[in-house]
Amino acid sequence: MSSSDVPPPENDVNPTHRGVGWDLLGSEIMVLFRRRRTWAMLVALALIPILLAVAVRLSSSTLDPGEGPPFLDRVSQNGLFVGFTAMVVAIPLFLPLTIGVVAGDTIAGEAGLGTLRYLLVAPAGRVRLLLVKYTGAALFCLVASLTLTVSGALIGAALFPVGPVTLLSGDTVSVTESLLRSLLVAAYVTVSLLGLSMIGLFISTLTDVPVGAMAATIVVSVVAQILDIIPQLSWLHPWLFSHYWLGFADLLRQPLDLGSFGQNAVVQVCYAAVFGSLAYSRFVTKDILS
Amino acid sequence: MIGVTPEEDLAIESRGLTKRFGRQTAVNGIDLAVPRGSVFGFLGPNGSGKTTSIRMLLALTQATSGSINVLGRRMPARLHDVLPRVGALVEGPAFYPFLSGAANLRRLDTADRHAPGGTRAARVQLALERVGLSHAADKKVHAYSLGMKQRLGIANALLLPRELLVLDEPTNGLDPQGTREVRNLVRSLAAEGTTVFVSSHLLAEVEQICTHAAVMSAGSIVAQGTLAALRQVGDTRVRVRTPDTQSAVRVLTHLGLDPTQTQNDRADPDVVALLRGTHWQPEAIVTALVAGGVRIRGFIIEEPSLEERFVALTGEGFDVVQ
Repeated sequence: MSSSDVPPPENDVNPTHRGVGWDLLGSEIMVLFRRRRTWAMLVALALIPILLAVAVRLSSSTLDPGEGPPFLDRVSQNGLFVGFTAMVVAIPLFLPLTIGVVAGDTIAGEAGLGTLRYLLVAPAGRVRLLLVKYTGAALFCLVASLTLTVSGALIGAALFPVGPVTLLSGDTVSVTESLLRSLLVAAYVTVSLLGLSMIGLFISTLTDVPVGAMAATIVVSVVAQILDIIPQLSWLHPWLFSHYWLGFADLLRQPLDLGSFGQNAVVQVCYAAVFGSLAYSRFVTKDILS
Repeated sequence: MIGVTPEEDLAIESRGLTKRFGRQTAVNGIDLAVPRGSVFGFLGPNGSGKTTSIRMLLALTQATSGSINVLGRRMPARLHDVLPRVGALVEGPAFYPFLSGAANLRRLDTADRHAPGGTRAARVQLALERVGLSHAADKKVHAYSLGMKQRLGIANALLLPRELLVLDEPTNGLDPQGTREVRNLVRSLAAEGTTVFVSSHLLAEVEQICTHAAVMSAGSIVAQGTLAALRQVGDTRVRVRTPDTQSAVRVLTHLGLDPTQTQNDRADPDVVALLRGTHWQPEAIVTALVAGGVRIRGFIIEEPSLEERFVALTGEGFDVVQ
């Protein structure tokens, strides 16, 4: 029996202080949201509904139903549609771009700065660090979706009449319920991005160059969307993480249909599980040479 | 069997530690033995495998083969017990440039689950004071000079009381005052009982603060032991500074020494002789010189320098073994 199996001597670091380590998560969130880059992305997201609303307000011509992005024709009648329109505009490119930046930066960014070695020597624990990083990225997805929603609601209310909303099914719901549905849409979009976030985290464990990981994550999201429009690959479509991204229209029907919410969640959880395992197996054995 | 195993006297012990990157062997079967309480110099030219070894000791990279014990525990299996008791500066400081010095330390402190959050602010302040950075605590790190970053890196290693400090090139980028302060800091930490493992390519640094040293060359340890033992391999010499060169040579030869004349920047050459193999004490030599009518301007005992030993072991100049 080697001495490494001997019980710890009394001069051991006090084990009672060994907490769950929520402090690291707090610190991660603080570092993420203190960065100017994060704020710049959130401001850019907030500008999308503002630009949309101002453009609609200033233009004299009224849109025919169905012209322009979905919901845009309804914006001038009811300001509450600004947020939905902005969501549709942001989902294919701009939201994945911000997620790519945040998720791609998780591990590679720390490696690039060299702080990864100090976190691990502290010791942060590799699995714990992955979990904290993923939680931070997921929180960013939520904040990004809420930014679009809140900014859309505010500018919509400022520039257009606000009243009971006519849903896609033709039913009319109160302002309060339509706001709740906006939050539901934000939740849907947040969940939609969880798969991509995990893909970004995995890619981030592969390199010490954060820009590379960010670009690769964004490319993956674009490729998935291209595959999604090729009819010959229709068998693949339900398995693409981007397939249900624009499916939140179901949340704007009466009665509320949570079917696509569920399908979307299942796909996202599958992606998170697969790429989470890949990130784990890659990261726990990785030689930290940065 | 209960008893003092050798491992318990050693803060770091490695056996046959090897790291290969593809075909290249960066570290080739090193057996480190760092006694507890020592200030251990880990010497070697750039690229000799020092940092790779340190990365393995701290479980940042996996060893290709060999075993490591740090503070009596197997690494990397027990890293969660070991690393909270180890402070480290690895391959230069690294920080978030957009955070202040103090915020950086708080951030890295949260990574350690053993670090109590309640005392964090106070411990950060104390560590900053210890390296003389209190005035720059709230400055963003991107405005720090290299020397300030280096100090901040040392402060990070001192956030908790540590049993072992691993400092990789701690005086890189520091001005002479900074170097001196780091030396004093290492001395005071060692006086408190902390084992300090310092890697360096600067011999003078190691010579001034270390009790033990190991010399790396091309991935292998070519010498290891107490500093005194490492020095002893070299030769002690006497150097006589005198205008009476010829008389001095005559007297020294008469004493059984083998004097030679070495040029210096003064008019008269120095007379130098090895002390090895003679029983003469320096004072007796001076007495003999004076009795022989030699006017002495200077009489110097030259202890063997680690530098000579180092160069003999690792090669001269840039011509180091790769």
